[in-house]
Parts: sequence; C-alpha cells; structure tokens
Amino acid sequence: MTIDPVTLAILKGRLEQIADEMDATLFRSAFNPIIAEAHDASHGIYDARTGDTLVQGKSGLPIFVGVMAFAVKAVIEKAAKQGGVNEGDVWIFNDPYDGGTHLSDFRLVKPVFRNGEVFCYLASVGHWHDVGGNVPGNYNPAATECFQEGMLIPPVKLYDRGEFRQDIVDILSSNSRLPLSLYGDLNGQINALELGEKRMNALLEEYGDAKVADCMAELTARAAQMMRAQISKLPSGTVSAEDFLDNDGIHDAPLKIALDLTIDGDSMVMDFSRSSPACAGPVNISRATAIAACYVALKHIFGDVPANAGVLEPVEFRIEEDSLLSVKAPKPVGGYTETILRLIDVVFQAVAQIAPEPAMACAYGTINALSLAGHRANGQRWVMFSFFGGGHGAHGAGDGLNHGNAPISTATIPPLEILEAAYPVRFTQWALRPDSGGAGEFRGGLGAVYEIELLEKQADVFLFGERGRFAPPGVVGGGAGALNIFHYQQADGEHVPPMASKIVGVHIDRSQRLRLETPGGGGYGHAFERNPESVTRDLRLGYITAERAEADYGVVIGPDGSVDEAATRDLRTREPAQ
Amino acid sequence: MTRPAYVIGVDVGGTFTDVFILDEASGQVSTAKVPSTRGDQSKGFVEGIASRVENFADISTVVHGTTVGTNALLERKGARTGIITTDGFRDVLEMRRRDRPTTWGLKGAFTPVVERPDRVEVSERVLADGTVAEPVDVAEVKAQAEALAKSGCEAVCVFFINGYANNDNEKRAVEAVRSVWPNAYVTAATEILPEIREFERLSTATLNAYLQPVVSSYLDKLEKGLEARGFGGDILIVQSNGGVMSIDMAKSYPVRTALSGPAAGVIAATAIAKAAGFDNIITCDMGGTSFDVSLVADNEAALAAQTAIDFGMVVRTPMIEITTIGAGGGSIASLDASGLLQVGPESAGSDPGPACYGLGNERPTVTDANVVLGRINPDRPIGGKLARLDIDASRQAIDTHLAKPLGLSIEQAAEAILKLANAKMAGAIRLVSIEKGHDPAKFSAMPFGGGGALHTGALIKEVGLASALVPRFPGVTSALGCVVADMRHDRVQTVNRLLDQVDAAELGAEMIRVGDETEALLENAGVAFARVDRVAELDMLYLGQTHTVNVAIGFPETGLTTQDIRDAFETAYRESYGRLLEGIPMRIMNYRIAVIGRRPKLDMAVFAPVDGKPAEDCRMGTRRVFAEGEWHEAAVYERLQLAVGANIVGPALLEQADTTIFVDPGLDAVVDGFGNLVITPGA
Repeated sequence: MTIDPVTLAILKGRLEQIADEMDATLFRSAFNPIIAEAHDASHGIYDARTGDTLVQGKSGLPIFVGVMAFAVKAVIEKAAKQGGVNEGDVWIFNDPYDGGTHLSDFRLVKPVFRNGEVFCYLASVGHWHDVGGNVPGNYNPAATECFQEGMLIPPVKLYDRGEFRQDIVDILSSNSRLPLSLYGDLNGQINALELGEKRMNALLEEYGDAKVADCMAELTARAAQMMRAQISKLPSGTVSAEDFLDNDGIHDAPLKIALDLTIDGDSMVMDFSRSSPACAGPVNISRATAIAACYVALKHIFGDVPANAGVLEPVEFRIEEDSLLSVKAPKPVGGYTETILRLIDVVFQAVAQIAPEPAMACAYGTINALSLAGHRANGQRWVMFSFFGGGHGAHGAGDGLNHGNAPISTATIPPLEILEAAYPVRFTQWALRPDSGGAGEFRGGLGAVYEIELLEKQADVFLFGERGRFAPPGVVGGGAGALNIFHYQQADGEHVPPMASKIVGVHIDRSQRLRLETPGGGGYGHAFERNPESVTRDLRLGYITAERAEADYGVVIGPDGSVDEAATRDLRTREPAQ
Repeated sequence: MTRPAYVIGVDVGGTFTDVFILDEASGQVSTAKVPSTRGDQSKGFVEGIASRVENFADISTVVHGTTVGTNALLERKGARTGIITTDGFRDVLEMRRRDRPTTWGLKGAFTPVVERPDRVEVSERVLADGTVAEPVDVAEVKAQAEALAKSGCEAVCVFFINGYANNDNEKRAVEAVRSVWPNAYVTAATEILPEIREFERLSTATLNAYLQPVVSSYLDKLEKGLEARGFGGDILIVQSNGGVMSIDMAKSYPVRTALSGPAAGVIAATAIAKAAGFDNIITCDMGGTSFDVSLVADNEAALAAQTAIDFGMVVRTPMIEITTIGAGGGSIASLDASGLLQVGPESAGSDPGPACYGLGNERPTVTDANVVLGRINPDRPIGGKLARLDIDASRQAIDTHLAKPLGLSIEQAAEAILKLANAKMAGAIRLVSIEKGHDPAKFSAMPFGGGGALHTGALIKEVGLASALVPRFPGVTSALGCVVADMRHDRVQTVNRLLDQVDAAELGAEMIRVGDETEALLENAGVAFARVDRVAELDMLYLGQTHTVNVAIGFPETGLTTQDIRDAFETAYRESYGRLLEGIPMRIMNYRIAVIGRRPKLDMAVFAPVDGKPAEDCRMGTRRVFAEGEWHEAAVYERLQLAVGANIVGPALLEQADTTIFVDPGLDAVVDGFGNLVITPGA
C-alpha cells in the first residue's frame, strides 16, 4: 500500500480534529466539574478489529490515551460472545479490570458502520461525580473489595440497534448519590459520540473508506518507527529505579514499584517484576492501566511521540500476574491515580540515568482527592470533592513549575470562589508552600498550602493522598521535594491521619479546619551547583528560607542579605555535593 | 471649497504604521504607510498623519488600534505593580488555576507580572453570600500601601476574595490606599470585573494596573504630539471587543486594549463585507508566523469571554474571538522522525524569514513554496523591505529538506507544503465554523494582511466555502477598521442564584439601570452616534453544570418575568446542545450589558475604482504557475486598475503593492462595486 505523504499528513490532522471536537463537546455540556473544569475525560478513534488506539483527542486526560484501547477491546470481546456488534449499538461500562482505571470512569463505546461493516470504534470516557460505594466521590482509602468503591457495570448496551435503553439509565441513577449529575454527564458523552460519528462519516464520504483505512494503518506504522528512532538514541544496557507508596490504606506498610529498564538497540523492555504483590487496599491497578502509565511517562520525556498504538510496538512489558500492577477482580483499584503517578516517577528516575537531557525530576506525585460531605440545615446532602496541586520536577533547563497539575491529567483546580459559593466552607489559606521544592542546580517547583474551615454544623472528611512517607525524588543528583502533610482539627486538638495521607470519614464540626500541605517537585542536579544569585532570589521571593539556603545550597547569606561569597565558597568546597 | 473634516484611523504594527484618512466633507479617502517608530510609537503615528494632512485642525477624530498594551504584556514591560489582598491569598496570581503550558513534557515555567514580595495581605473577609465576616482593617491597608509605594511600585491592584458578591471592603480599602498614596494607577478588581472566579478576576485587574502607567504615558505623548500640531478633536481607542472608547477610558482600563490591533481588522472586514452584501464571513489574517481567523455571522463578530495573552496571563473581558494557528508565511516545513511531512509550528518569522530572503534561514517555508510555484513574483516582493527574492535559495531549501528525502520533484514538494499549510488553515476555519454549528457553505473567506490572498482560493475548495472576498486594500484593513468601529462598553455582574430564587422584575430593572448608566458614559465621550443599541444577556446553566450558555434577554414593557427567562434559556440551550434536561433547576450566573453607540457608516463605495479598465488592459503578461500537479501559464494583472465588473478566470495572479492574489484554476474572480475582488468556484 502506498499513500501519498500529503494526504497522509492532512488526514492525520482531520482525524485528530474529530477526536478534539468530541472532547470539546463533552467539556462544554458535562455536569460535574471533574469533567467540565478538570477535563477528566477523553475521546478517540479505535481499530475495528483490535481496538487499538488510532487517534486520540489532545485535550483529554493523558492517562486515558493509553488505556482506552483496552476498553474497546473489552467491548469487542463481549460483543463477539453475543454474536457481534450491530449498527446503532452503544456500549457502556466501568469495569476497571476489563479496560482499566477505576469505577468512577464510565466508558461509552460506539461502532461506526460503513456498508454493514464496522469501520472503526469511537469511545468516550468521563469521570462521574458519584457512582455509589462507601464514600461520596468514590475515593475510599479503606476499600478491600471493589464492591465498597461503587457499582460495577460490565459492558452492556445503552443503545441496542439505535434503541435507547432507559432501564440501564434507571439502574445507574439509582446507584448514585448524585443522579442528576450522572444524567447530565451521560448525555454529554452521548452528544460527543453522535458528533464524532457524524464527522467521521463526512470525512469518509470526502476521502473514501479505503484511503482513510490505509492512512490509519500507515500512521500506526510510523508511530512505531518514530518510537524506535527515539529508543535507538539511548545507550543499550539496563538501569533500575525503585520508589514506594506509603501504604494501601489498610496495612501501614510501604509498597514497592521497581523498574528494570533495558534498552536493546531500537527496542525496550520495561520489567516491573520486582514490584510488590497485589495489596489489600485500593492502590492496585490493572495491567492495562500500568501500560498506559508507562506510555504517559515516555510521552512526557520524548515529546513528539504520537498518540497511537504503534508507539508501544517496540516496548515489551514484564508485569507479574495478580501483582500490584496487574490485579484481578475484586481487588480494589479506586486509588489507581496514586499508583500510576508513582509508576511514572519510577520511569522518570530510570530514564534520567541514561538520558539526563530530556529527563525531568519527579512531580508532586499525589492526586490528594479530598471530599467533604454532610447535610445542610434543610437536610439536603452536599459533597465537595476536589483534587489539589503541587510542584513539578526540575529539569536540565530550569526550575520546576510552581503549583502545577498532575502528569496524568491536564485538570485545572476549581476556583475557590466557586467552591465557597457551592459548599458550606471557607478557605483560610490558598498559598505556595515555602521550602517544598527539592533542592538542586535547578529547584523543584513549589507545592501548596490549602486550609479549609467548615461553616456547617458538621461534615465527614475523606482524603486519598500519598507521598506522606516517601518524598518526590530528584534526579541527576537533585534533592527530594517536601512530604505531603494533612492536618485536621477536632475538639481535642489537631491530628494527622495514622495512615499519613489517607483517612476515611473523620467528623469535623463547625469552625474546625483542615490543612493540606502538598509536596513540591524533585530537584535536578547538585544543589551546590546552583547559581548563588538564584538562591538569593528564591530567598527574596520566600520560596526558600535562610536556613535551607545554607543547609541545602551551601549559600551563606551575610547580614545585609547578600551572598557572603567567601563563606559560600568555603562551605561548598568543604562539604562537596553528595 | 469647504474645509476638510478628517476622521483618521491609525494602526501601529511592528513594522509599519498604517493610516487611513476619510474626509467627511468630500467623501474622499486616502491611505499612508510609514515605518513604525520603535520606542515611541506616537512619533511615527503623528508623522504618518502629517504625510497626508496639512492642517491638524481639520481633523475631527483620530481612532487608534494600538499594540502598546499587547506588547507590554508579551514582553513583560509593564510597571512595577503591587497587590493588596485578603489574608491568606497573596499567591492566587502565581498559583493560577493549577495548570501547565503544554499537555506533554513537564518543563513549563511561569513568572507572574507581580513579584511575591509586592503581593501583600490585609485582614478582611467577605463570604460567598456577600456577608462581611471581617471588616477591612483600614489602618493596615494604609500601612501596606505606603510600604508598596516606598518600595518603588508605580501601580497597585486591590483584590479581595468574594468581592464580586460584596465589594464594600474592597471599596474602603481603595479609598484608604488613595488617601495615603495619591496615584492615578489604583485598580479595584471588582471595578474591572465584578465576576466570580478569583484567579481570572485578579489576573485581569492586575494586568490592568500593570499596563496603566505604560499605556497612559503613551497616550499622553500621543495627545501632546497631536495637539502640538494643532489638533483639537477627539481621540478614540479600539478595544479588544471591537468597539472604541474615549482616550480617558483607555487610560483607566488599558487591559481592554489587549487585542486592540487585531480587533480593528475584524471590524473593518465586517463593515466591508456588509456593504458588499456578505453577511457571513471568516476573516483570515496571515502573518509571518501565524494565521488568525475570526467568524462573523450575520454581520456580528463572535466574542470570546476571555483569552490568555500568554501562559497564565488571563484577561477576562469580552474580546473578538480570534483563533490562531501556527501557519504563516515563515512557517517551516520539515519531516518528523517518522518521515511525516509537517508545516510549523516552528517558524522563521520575518527575520531571518524564508530561505528566499537570504538572511540566514536555509530551511523551506510556506513563502518559499509560493515563490517556487510562481505565485509570488520574486521581483516585486510585498512590504517593500527587500528588493527581490532569491528563488534559487527557495528551490535549494525545498530540494534538500523535502523533495529528495520524499522522492518528489521540487515542484511536487513545494505543492505538498502548500497543501498541508492550506489544510491547517482549513482546520482553523472548520474549528470556528463547523464546531460552532455554522455551515461553511454559507461563509466567505476575507483575507487581509499581506499573505492571505494567496491561499484563500484553496480554502474555498478545501472547506467548501461559498466564495472569497478580497478587499481593495488588504494591507490597511486595520486602519480602516478604526474609522468604522462603533463605540462599545461592556458590563458584567455576577448573580449566582437559582432562577426560582431571583426576583425577575427586580433583576430586569437593575439591568436597565446599569444600561442607562453605561449609556451616560457613552454620551459623555462627546462623539456623535447614528443610534445607540443595547444587548442584554444572562449567563445561565442547569444547576450542577459549570459552563454557561449566553441567553439573550429582552425587556417587556410589563417587566421581566421568570417565565421569560426560562423560555429564553431553553431556546438558547436547545440551540447549543440539541436536548433540554428535564426537571433540573436553572441558575443565573451573571448578567451582561453591552451598550453600543453606532457611528455613522462609511460609504464603502468610496473604494470603487475610478477610471478602471477592462481586464485585458490591465494584463501585464503571464507567469508560469504550478498548481494541481502541472504548470500553467497564468495571466498577471495590475489589480488596482481593474474596473468594476472586470472578470478574470483562473489560474491568474493579481498584483498590488500590499498583496498578491492567486485565483486558482477552476475559480473565477470579479471586481464588485466597492472595489472588492469576489472569487467564486467557476461555472
């Protein structure tokens, strides 16, 4: 097959535009802020036979880019048992073992038919506000089975040959604390798929089915070629990195994620065999999710890798069955975000050893899913649910970004004025956290301090966070960012959760406060190599304190506030960077 | 002979200052193009006018589209500014909305325009429902203001959390600041934007304060420069929303000029198209590095509620919606690691510029492809910067970087560059039309600026547009836009209540009152209007949603009712999303009022060619042009000499000082009664 290079480039743009437009439609019409504001959703176009990702929207959640293919595969397999898919079908499900991530993410999959045959699949995934389970918002750190995390829906038909099945929606609605939100988001996802189908058909009419199919195959082949070119630039050999999760929320013991990364010419082996076995709590992930996380990490490092299945063709994954990174039902998976963030950190640390130039230090590494829930004076239930930010890792060309979003998402944080208008809380602080960025020639970005006061009579507090025991590491000799710290007030004083950053259903009363201090990013390069002028600037801006200037950076500040050059030189040579 | 009465539009760009002069007494128009004066733009401005106008006392109005504000933001050259804010929130500006500049790669950086030590906190707190939980400590505000002044700040922004719900504390603080620090550059955040969302409000207000000293001093110089020449008329400034404001308003609200220059171009395009009988156009402005498109439906330019001038530099005031993609004349064509052809986003800009400029860039650009394919006359480059273009350098660049690796001829590779560039531009046009629910077949492309007219023919074919409309002077469109722009002021106020809890009659009365106040502002400017229009809108949503839809509201004599609002919302929602959501309460987030003083219309017939000649008499010869895989012998015409009704069949090239127009094979072009060239698919 030959396809001319111009048509190929043009069709690539047109296909991407279809996926982007599906994203935009859902973001505009979704109900819950996790989709509308935080863009915790994604859309793409998938292979008719294998379900492999052909094209993915650019504005959705990065982690879904890799994982959606598994969702489409799950539908293809299920449908095969029932005699195949039909024109007008739309499948819906959230089974995390069969298509990745966690129960909050509902997937809709729709075949696009041409002349009676499936030409491709379109899929939409979005994070719903509440899908039942023990904890409003579904981040249940104490879950030991997925049944405590929410309803689990296997692939079923929402539309059967064009017929809308209200029964399905009734089942979903009666299992959610926020059925209206669910209904609104579901409608948004249907809108997105309908629009995608319309655009896809228009494109096929314009270019012809065969040409578009050829183009899709060629783009996959080229993605593989591109990835091989990237891998070839790396030195052959094996490097290893390990990092840890604080605990699983049930047993207070660290969980290891270990990577042995082997480069062999133009192919790569990512071996996670030395990682911990499956755990009792909800930080397990499915194999699909683990692979998707690797994809996200590689794309952050290598940049122009396209969003399609070809990219993973030269990469071999070794992940033990029934382990932390390849779990089976009904082990809980609700906190999957924490595990994939750690997995990405491990990939960053391994790659930095062989490719320091494109590498970055670890970002803050926890989603910090905080929910506050209670009832208003009129009896109405309220659930405030949000994720919080932290610092990005430093890199070879500069300091990390202060208060960024997690590497797995492009989510923005809701405005505090919107939260205060919607829920009975008031923020008493929303600030950068000094001394939280990892020291280094380039400093990690700063984390944040958020302090929240309750204005209603009482509320239950749930937090699903990480990095309370193991700080975000630096790379190439850089220091770690600060730990994640959570405090809550009760009548008898201030407390920290026994499991570091995880608590379930702690009661607080009116006027009592919560305080979340998030990690900064790791540093890059030895801190003693940092330009003293940059250190004094950080001091002047309050990014670091004078104690840290001296202790971490070896920069001595004189009484007039400027660098004492002699003392600095002395200190830096006396205590060489470790 | 009666004395002339000039209305003058001036657009200052990076390279040239364009002047458009209308003599209202005689109806005559003239234009001037002079080099922009870096450092003090007002010099080139005054000289540009002086090159055409003898007596400045004959000028009644000067209207100005300025990039002084835009440039100060992009180059971070505003004034040292302080922020006085609620205790606990000094980092809101720096924390943004917890985002990052690019999805992939975590190497973004952000430097706020106000440094951390210049952001100070005072005790005060207002809750979301407007309750004052803690009155502002005025003494503390004074002390902080004095400290900021002493440390060298020139401007200050006062911003309190939930000020949109109740700005009593903020007002008292502003008074306190002024009492100890008499300063024209004090911005109250809620005065700029009384709208919920703290970061967006603070960012907009801070950028306003940051720009005030810079923009004010520029406008002062401009006033003095004009007055020194005997000018005694009005100076109006184009806002990003496409309307003009008085020079005094511009000094108080400089952030509203953030997209002043491009907005003027869109306004001109709208006016030209309307006169020519085209209600729906998509403007296409192709520069060295970017391609900007805007949608004008039913003669109204689409407005966006906010834009980011740069990462984290959010301005939330209504602005003409301009979608920018990285495809300009200087965009570089290359092969990616998988051998896939790409155009942009990397650009050679105008310096070093395309390979044919011979200024150091050896990689092929879109302009090089146009040169190689005969569409640009290498002996007559537009803009007047270079004497001629080096066609061999263009061929060399394309051959080395694309043709050889792809196994194509140089012409085929050059055409591939144009096809891909056109496809990207077509994508931008689809984005602003199809994605917003408009049928492109009902739209015409209007190129302005220097480069667009080479590509519009291809865009007609690629997107299925009805036609293209090339104005007579594409190069001075923005200056013309200044002359035809209406005066416009926008107001917004957050309501944030359920529809059922709102007293609709009272809300309606308040909106009318705010409209009256705004109209009084318009009248104070001393400008004559043909009429004044008002637009009233509500931002509404279903309870639980976060994105609003714009709901147009009318005011019945008998007073606004809840049912009126409900009906209007349902109409708007159905239009946007197709289906209503039953049984979910509706919320009113904001109300918006726009008051528009319509200025007397310029008769576009002044652009009709005088003593025009039939096409064959304007034919200067032929040039070989490569299109659709083969060479054509295309006729070349002197565009400005063509008479009304002159008809040209593609392939053809039309040349004039400020642009070159390519009529693709299969397209026809005709000169209309206003001097525009209308290009349509051939019969």
